[in-house]
Amino acid sequence: MRPTSVHNQEAFSSQSETLLQIQNLKTYYPVKGGFFKRTVGHVKAVDNISFEIKKGETLGLVGESGCGKSTAGRTILRLLKPTEGSILFDGKDITKISGKHLREIRQDMQMVFQDPYASLNPMQMVGDIIAEPIYNFHKKSKSELKNEVMDLLEKVGLPPDAYYKYAHEFSGGQRQRIGIARALALRPKLIIADEPVSALDVSVQSQVLNLLKDLQEEFDLTFLFIAHDLSVVKHMSDRIGVMYLGNMVEISDKNSLYAEPLHPYTQALISAIPNPDPRHKKERIILTGDVPSPINPPAGCPFHPRCPMAMEECSKSKPTLKEVKPSHRVACHLY
Amino acid sequence: MSANKSSLKEAPMLEVKNLETAFDIDGTFYNAVDNVSFKVKPRQIVGVVGESGCGKSVMSLSVMQLLPKGIGKIKAGEIVFDGINLEKMTEAQINKIRGKDISMIFQEPMTSLNPVFTIGYQLEEVLFNHMKISKKEARQKSIALLKSVGISRPEKIVDEYPHQLSGGMRQRVMIAIAIACQPKLLIADEPTTALDVTVQAQILELLKSIQEVNDMSVILITHDLGVVAEMCDEVIVMYAGKIVERTDVETLFYNPKHPYTTLLLGAVPKMEQEEERLSSIQGIVPSLTNMLKVGCRFANRCPKAMPECLTTTPILAETDYGHEVACLLYETSKPREGVR
Repeated sequence: MRPTSVHNQEAFSSQSETLLQIQNLKTYYPVKGGFFKRTVGHVKAVDNISFEIKKGETLGLVGESGCGKSTAGRTILRLLKPTEGSILFDGKDITKISGKHLREIRQDMQMVFQDPYASLNPMQMVGDIIAEPIYNFHKKSKSELKNEVMDLLEKVGLPPDAYYKYAHEFSGGQRQRIGIARALALRPKLIIADEPVSALDVSVQSQVLNLLKDLQEEFDLTFLFIAHDLSVVKHMSDRIGVMYLGNMVEISDKNSLYAEPLHPYTQALISAIPNPDPRHKKERIILTGDVPSPINPPAGCPFHPRCPMAMEECSKSKPTLKEVKPSHRVACHLY
Repeated sequence: MSANKSSLKEAPMLEVKNLETAFDIDGTFYNAVDNVSFKVKPRQIVGVVGESGCGKSVMSLSVMQLLPKGIGKIKAGEIVFDGINLEKMTEAQINKIRGKDISMIFQEPMTSLNPVFTIGYQLEEVLFNHMKISKKEARQKSIALLKSVGISRPEKIVDEYPHQLSGGMRQRVMIAIAIACQPKLLIADEPTTALDVTVQAQILELLKSIQEVNDMSVILITHDLGVVAEMCDEVIVMYAGKIVERTDVETLFYNPKHPYTTLLLGAVPKMEQEEERLSSIQGIVPSLTNMLKVGCRFANRCPKAMPECLTTTPILAETDYGHEVACLLYETSKPREGVR
């Protein structure tokens, strides 16, 4: 069952178990340079983040491009190798596993990608695209496989004849449905959706969001929902983490986050969303400048060069996540 | 706001009359923009919204006379800019206006700047084309322009190349190029779609202040209804190459009449409200080659469709003062005898 109200949710999360626990996760990409292509520095894409996701919950990750949210998602799936830290999935430490064990665990975690045009093989029939994960892990007869795929097609709202078609014959929204069917094929416990709707029109976007919510209820799924659109994340998530330059700056349940954002970056991010209501023109906090390079992140708080409330302390020491209100943690020296 | 500034009697800055733009697909011309008429008053910001593939960009390229040669052409209609008919002009004549009196900002700041020339060179190019100006003056003017669009260290940036700048900075440079000759009309085609929200807020603020300072008219093409609500005075809603609704921004959000507009507004997740499900529109925008010849083009996706929607083409007509709708739910859209 999915929690509906905050009240419910608190009661729910205290009983339920944690599906995913991330501790001090770091993912650095080496920067090669010079004559011998030595490593001359690191892009600190994910720089020490910790969070957990409960079973049946949706955690939203937001932030601007380059803040490390996709890298975080990919590291959790172990598509990338974490530099430091640990990933506990369903009670097992999957930080360092490889080979057979990693393959085993991948059944339980699947990904829905951003670009529905690039993430489907154009040479493969849709039926084969969806059947491939099942075929990979289970010995099944052809007819069993086909039945299962047909079932999945129906679940994601595609007609049965989609089985024999190719990806290019579908619109963006339909392709995303194919991607979702493929992710669902192995009945995973966790689905990481990396910007699943940002390539789609609003009218189609809402179809896909509704579908994801329905499937979550039906299959008891846990989502890590990565997006840059705060209103979409709010619609989908139970809890939300805000990332900036590889760091988690605030994490909270969604109502608390939107009602009272604590971190100056979250405040600016929320105020920057254009409000689809011409009568409510709000005061904007306009940030100056751009996100700094993650190769040379600023010392102290990563946000301090753009922060309207920066103090002397902010350039010296890096704030850590503190619980300021119940289930609302923020990394900022103001608190 | 700026709608009040322009009086009712003032001549429109841009008037598009019965515009039909067609594209050649396998030897047949299909109308991507079909019988579109609208006006843009001086100092007005007009928003154009609709799903992708509904003709927003083709409409603006038609106004700019930038349709791909041999593939796209203006089949019928008039485009009157500041009293001059644009569609009858020769290439040389239009070159004098384009970039000077009308200019355009494109969606992709990454691809619309030339990667092998410096920012300064690309800015000066516009100035040399339209003004009698010395090299030194042009450079000074470029620096001043970069400064006016909020670029810090403009003296350094003029000598840099596009790849050295961030997405937001590149879009600022695009805006600087577009306003270099103080145009009367600026067409901004999804100017902030490729940018992050915090940068988007900066760019929108900048566009608004430039519009006020320079007294420009702006056509803002976007699919983000939030941007429309913040920026525009008037809004045109397009679907499958036709205008389905046109009104001022408040009426559009509070009293939308066309079912398509209503659905589009409902599909946006709202920050303030808690909603379990979003309204969505079934199906997709029809492609150019299989649009209905008669009837309402939205009929097959419309929850309020009636049998007559498939047989009668609705007319875009005023239902209330300043509010035009093309939908057979309203008497005004029904064709009358002898009237087209």
